[in-house]
Amino acid sequence: MHDPTPEAGKARHAISLTVNGTAHAVDVDPRQHLGDFLRQTLQLTGTHLGCEHGVCGACTVIVDGAPVRACLILAVQADGASVTTVEGLAGKEGALHPIQSAFRAHHGLQCGFCTPGMLTTLAAFLADNTSPTEAEVREAISGNLCRCTGYQTIVEAALSAAQTLRGEG
Amino acid sequence: MGARYFGAAVQRKEDDRLVVGRGRYLDDVALPGMLHAAYVRASDAHARITNIDSSAALGVPGVIAVFTARDFGAENRPTAQMAPSPLLQQAPTWSPLADKHVCYVGEPVAMVVAETRALAEDAAALVIVETDPLPAVTDYKSALDPGAPLAHADLKSNLAASMQARFGDVAGVFARAARVIPVTLEMHRGGCHAMECRGVVAAWSPAGDELTVYSSTQSPYPVRKGIARHLGLDEHCVRVIAPDVGGGFGPKAVFYPEELSVPLAAQRVGRPVKWIEDRREHILATTQQRDQLWTVEVAVAADGRLLGLRGRIVHDNGAYVPYGLILPGTTVQSLPGPYALEALDVTLDVALTNFVPTTPVRGAGRPNAAFALERIADIVARDVGLDPAEIRRRSFVKAAQMPYPTGLNGRDGTPIAYDGCDFHQSLELALARFDAGDFRRRQTAARAEGRYLGMGIATYVEDTGLAPFEGATVRVDSNGRVIVETGAASQGQGHATIFAQIAADQLGVDIADVTVKSADTGVFPLGIGTIASRVAVTGGSSVLMAARNVRAKALKIAAVMLEAAESELTLEDGHVQVAGGSNKKLPLGALAARLEGIPGLPMPPGITPGLSDTAYFEARQTTFACGSNVAEVEVDIETGGVKVHRYVVAHDCGLLINPMLVDGQIRGGVVHGIGNALFERMIYDEGGQPLTTNYGEYLLPTAPEMPNIEIVHTQTPSERNPLGVKGAGEGGTIPATACIIAAIEDALAPFGIALREHPVSPQRLIELLADKG
Repeated sequence: MHDPTPEAGKARHAISLTVNGTAHAVDVDPRQHLGDFLRQTLQLTGTHLGCEHGVCGACTVIVDGAPVRACLILAVQADGASVTTVEGLAGKEGALHPIQSAFRAHHGLQCGFCTPGMLTTLAAFLADNTSPTEAEVREAISGNLCRCTGYQTIVEAALSAAQTLRGEG
Repeated sequence: MGARYFGAAVQRKEDDRLVVGRGRYLDDVALPGMLHAAYVRASDAHARITNIDSSAALGVPGVIAVFTARDFGAENRPTAQMAPSPLLQQAPTWSPLADKHVCYVGEPVAMVVAETRALAEDAAALVIVETDPLPAVTDYKSALDPGAPLAHADLKSNLAASMQARFGDVAGVFARAARVIPVTLEMHRGGCHAMECRGVVAAWSPAGDELTVYSSTQSPYPVRKGIARHLGLDEHCVRVIAPDVGGGFGPKAVFYPEELSVPLAAQRVGRPVKWIEDRREHILATTQQRDQLWTVEVAVAADGRLLGLRGRIVHDNGAYVPYGLILPGTTVQSLPGPYALEALDVTLDVALTNFVPTTPVRGAGRPNAAFALERIADIVARDVGLDPAEIRRRSFVKAAQMPYPTGLNGRDGTPIAYDGCDFHQSLELALARFDAGDFRRRQTAARAEGRYLGMGIATYVEDTGLAPFEGATVRVDSNGRVIVETGAASQGQGHATIFAQIAADQLGVDIADVTVKSADTGVFPLGIGTIASRVAVTGGSSVLMAARNVRAKALKIAAVMLEAAESELTLEDGHVQVAGGSNKKLPLGALAARLEGIPGLPMPPGITPGLSDTAYFEARQTTFACGSNVAEVEVDIETGGVKVHRYVVAHDCGLLINPMLVDGQIRGGVVHGIGNALFERMIYDEGGQPLTTNYGEYLLPTAPEMPNIEIVHTQTPSERNPLGVKGAGEGGTIPATACIIAAIEDALAPFGIALREHPVSPQRLIELLADKG
């Protein structure tokens, strides 16, 4: 028999984390995943949930520098972490991250639903590798599904952003 | 038209919001007091419901209500047919919730409404649905055979409709054919798999007489009509809004049971209710396209020319027929494709089965027709001993034959006639770009090394700009801002950008000064839907017509205000100016302000209020896009793995409003077709249980295995609309599956492998290779 676990009957956990540079101290339900926490508790709806089983990559956020599927970790597991979502990619003055500008310039998005996960994945990737090959870019987004673009313009955008990050753009 | 933006690769207006996470998709809609719904769905493919026990679910703290069919009373009846057709013999439609029977796994049976989605899902798992299983139709190919089980216990057979496509002297053509070749083909298409699942939010006004529904739909107006009719409301009391929609690809054009049950639940609990489909539900309960079986014969002349086609198609319709015969009809109306057949006689039988319904997925029934015709051309080429390209050259309709009546009638009963298609040119362009001669040299060299390269070609023609209309209002505000309002919903195509391009050109303003509002029945009165590659043609032409009229009106009021003749005026940079070095000019905003009315001041004689106009371009004749694809693949005969090395598209969709966006449509479409060739298979077991219910089991194309897609455009202006454009949304997908399968077969030619199906998995290729020893 299924055992319901209503939030009301369970202890909540206090967590502290930094999201897009802002510190938060919040009580969360133990079963709430990071994606729901960001969207529902912090109202950061830029992070999208596409499959909720860790394949599509739409919910990818950057946790302590690494791209992470927000549907696959619990909010409590992000205790103490520094999280960057798509809303936090741009600079303080709203200057777009090069990958954001490149997506626009290269038509790297159509419906925009996979886009936040693509952008965070590529921002984290380009932070480690500013001279990727096309094959490396394709590998980097191999865990992100896009149904609109066929990926080609996303790859072009990533290579262009890499050029910008190298100071050649 | 003084084009400044038309034809240019303008960056999208939509993107500023979307790249910073400020889109507003269905799940981002949050209303005060909103509750959350989860469905209990059928776990049998076909069964009688004997009892539903909701008591445990109702006991869960935070659960507000559990609804079954009985709770919705008279409003729990089958939905109206969205696309009536005299050909429909039996067309059961779905109800908000299943009542006495369930007819596919995933059919909604009960609905839990709770304070949070998690609680609703918890409680849904506690609803006990007792059923008596019934025999299920889980093989569409035998569904119409005598003695087959029935998909609906109360129907006499599983035949929903039988459609004919027929012209010419069939018996004569087959009698004098040099060869008659039998061909059997099986096609499978899977689902749409938009990255955003479906979702509905419903909220009633405090007085309970007005309903607002947010839906991730391609068709807000049919949804409005469906809800209003079903619930007995006046249409003006129902407002349907499609916010940012994360991909559609066809299935989001259908009116779904959840678009009724969420409003019904919201009415009963007196609070807004949201339902967001999860991915498993999407795979179970969002319409798919799935299967067709073709058993046909092709008549061939001595020189290899295709003369005629006859035979039967069985089409898997699924359990209900919510969308009439749009999908199977599109298959038969896509014949004879680019080929100048002398005779055709094909019957398509629509079989009811105990699966989720099928409705159009990108390309609708056209990829099936293209797959069949292109496979047939290749089969004939091999049989006759000619190059596949040569068979096509000999069989294509010629450019000089345009407009070319195919011999069939369209949905509106009028003759289908291709316009402006040059199939020979498109094939030669694609072959030249691909460099087929070089490929054959490389293929030979590779085979010597035990590597198997293959080349496939496929040509297609696509009806676009489906009737009857999408309308547009273009108006100017007193601050000079141009607003375009249209019913045409968007799911990522970039309509806001192309409409703004068209309006900005006409009104001489910067594209940044144009705002496009769409897909809200409260903003624009009428609309059809974003389907069938139709919005650029219909909506775009309406924007052009309305913007031209606004321009004329601006000149007229400016002539009054500037005390000049209209013929002396120019409209540029957002100002109307008197020509000839005069400084006399007025900004559009000042003209708009005058036409917005000033208390006590009559309107200038002969000029109506408002610097605005509404236009409806009526698509009287479908306009046809066409193109040819050439692909290169490599098959690993040890693993069955297929690598797509190259993909070339020659494409003509008339004039390009924005080549960057058209290229995006083509590339995305091609990759969808590659998915249909290599990966995507919706698998059910013999009892009708879906086995591929997540993305580990149902495979979608990912970046590493997709090729770069090279595109060669020709632009033959359509004479069937004032923009000269044709649709571009599906032309990528339509030939792609056929092209890839042909390339794989070519790669495996040394083994004599014949591919008569799609998709082909590595396992399947290994199986076929093993059969050949």
